[in-house]
Amino acid sequence: MTKTLLRNGLCLLAGMLAAGLVMAAGADLGTTIKQETNWTAIAMFGGFVIMTLFITKWAASKTKTASDFYTAGGGITGFQNGLAIAGDYMSAASFLGISGLVFANGFDGLIFSIGWLVGWPVLTFLMAERLRNLGKFTFADVASYRFAQTPTRVFAACGTLVVVAFYMIAQMVGAGQLIKVLFGLEYTYAVMIVGVLMMCYVLFGGMTATTWVQIIKAIMLLCGASFMALAVLWQFNFNPEALFAKAVEIHSKHDAIMGPGALIKDPISAISVGMTLMFGTAGLPHILMRFFTVPSAKEARKSVGWATTWIGYFYILTFIIGFGAVVMLTQSPELYYVDGDLAKGLKGGGNMAAIHLSNAVGGNVFLGFISAVAFATILAVVSGLTLSGASAVSHDLYATVFKKGQTDSAHELRVSKITTICLGVVAVVLGIAFEKQNVAYMVMLAFAIACSANFPVLFMSVLWKDCTTKGAVTGGVVGLISSVALTIVSAPVWEAVMGHPKGSAMFPYSSPGLFSMSAAFLAIYLVSRMDNSEQAQRERALYPAQKVRSETGMGAAGASGH
Amino acid sequence: MRQEELVARITANPKYEKLVRMRSSYSISMTILVMVIYYGYILLIAFDKEFLAQKMGAGMVTSIGIPMGVGVIILTILITNIYVRRANTEFDSLNNEIINEASQK
Repeated sequence: MTKTLLRNGLCLLAGMLAAGLVMAAGADLGTTIKQETNWTAIAMFGGFVIMTLFITKWAASKTKTASDFYTAGGGITGFQNGLAIAGDYMSAASFLGISGLVFANGFDGLIFSIGWLVGWPVLTFLMAERLRNLGKFTFADVASYRFAQTPTRVFAACGTLVVVAFYMIAQMVGAGQLIKVLFGLEYTYAVMIVGVLMMCYVLFGGMTATTWVQIIKAIMLLCGASFMALAVLWQFNFNPEALFAKAVEIHSKHDAIMGPGALIKDPISAISVGMTLMFGTAGLPHILMRFFTVPSAKEARKSVGWATTWIGYFYILTFIIGFGAVVMLTQSPELYYVDGDLAKGLKGGGNMAAIHLSNAVGGNVFLGFISAVAFATILAVVSGLTLSGASAVSHDLYATVFKKGQTDSAHELRVSKITTICLGVVAVVLGIAFEKQNVAYMVMLAFAIACSANFPVLFMSVLWKDCTTKGAVTGGVVGLISSVALTIVSAPVWEAVMGHPKGSAMFPYSSPGLFSMSAAFLAIYLVSRMDNSEQAQRERALYPAQKVRSETGMGAAGASGH
Repeated sequence: MRQEELVARITANPKYEKLVRMRSSYSISMTILVMVIYYGYILLIAFDKEFLAQKMGAGMVTSIGIPMGVGVIILTILITNIYVRRANTEFDSLNNEIINEASQK
């Protein structure tokens, strides 16, 4: 049955690709924003799709149980998982966004790169091995280890789905816009192709296919970015000073690009954004889920060690790429700037700096390669998100809350697959609905919710013996609501999205993290302290056994095996 | 029953106490180290932008902030991997001793 489904899926996909291409070819003339159809890029991307679909076919033959679907049977090595985590985390936003930020402002881009990286050591030191030792399929397994299943799981599933939804919308809209520019495809078709491909990977290949898509994408992205950075440095005899000197000479902001600019306004925003990025990483459900794919705590630690290394290396590359774009794109403004005028900005917008640079250093073929990598990047990230959302519904809500654990792996697997289809459709619909919206705040919002709702609950349930169900769930809900509410009344949403007059936003800081995360921790502490019910006593009594397992891994070995 | 007995044996083992104490103090100090480095850098940006915009040397263009920023990235990678190495060798072998001692009769 899977085989026919897979074949039908492939046919559907081929049809959609063809339709998209025809549309693109037909609509080439009238539009200004859309690029010409880039056949090299499409061929390269086609190659990637064919390769990943073969992997999916192979993965489908190995995906028989719920455990295979959620965790690839727990047989991924630390090194592989490290690459997959990097592939899951290095989104198109960080590749194109940060290099674009460096291109526009220089130094400020570096501040963001560092922020996106510092969550990793914290995740390593405090959570990685404990997650692996306590969990099976989702982070809710860990949070609800000694707590009442229904409230904790319902909360964790909500936390997962809300984070996934915002992250997903940002990815889908970004994908549509990017593909429109890169491949000359219609926005709607671009979003649909992303949706269909991601459904194929997750539906048929589960975690195995998702993992390999992420690994391949990570390797492609790291190789492509390394090549670009080397090509830039080579021009300056590997002397960064010469690169910076040239950039300062050419850039319209001149020496200002060498120092901090307007990105960090006040110290409170600085701390709040920092906390959101640092602890948000440890609360992203699709990242946490990756820790259950390895067989032991040792491999889990190796995974984060490698992931941190690759991600950090990648951010150093994006910095060089941004400066390289400043220097090299201005040399041929007629190719890369609107009307060949430096003042009018880059063709396709500021996020295109890295893409144009790929053309400048490697010609049309390399441009095709980097465009395909950007598309692959989006696919890898949305697949991880879909898988995480599907497991929250099937494992946490269906199997544990609704069926009270009285279901078999085959049923759970079927529910995951149905959920995957639903999520795919919802993602495409949302992607199309938000086409014209400003979604820039959504990734930050996803991080804010992750750090204010998911992280405090996970942290306190694992590390604080007096934490109770009531405390954890109340605190989590407080964090969830306050982070969303404060984001709504902050300038990027209140003024930029909802159109209220400038200066009317009630929350003056760039991120709610500092306040909403503190509120969540405080609520968990106070409510747990006040909770002296019989249930609370029982939950506290269960702590020593949970601690032995979280610290030593005893009883956890093979938890995700067969 | 067997599970409870194992838990009781492990908690009674002084090595378990030692492992938990050693590893948590190590991971907490590493976390604090990363936070000091990161928030130190961020607060420097918030309070003293001129300091970071200073040039590395006379006649140079590169500002102090750039090697410092790249340094923060490299330190983050190093600190993470140092922790992983120690946890995977020293702590893990102690961990294995504890589990072996608990499971043999």
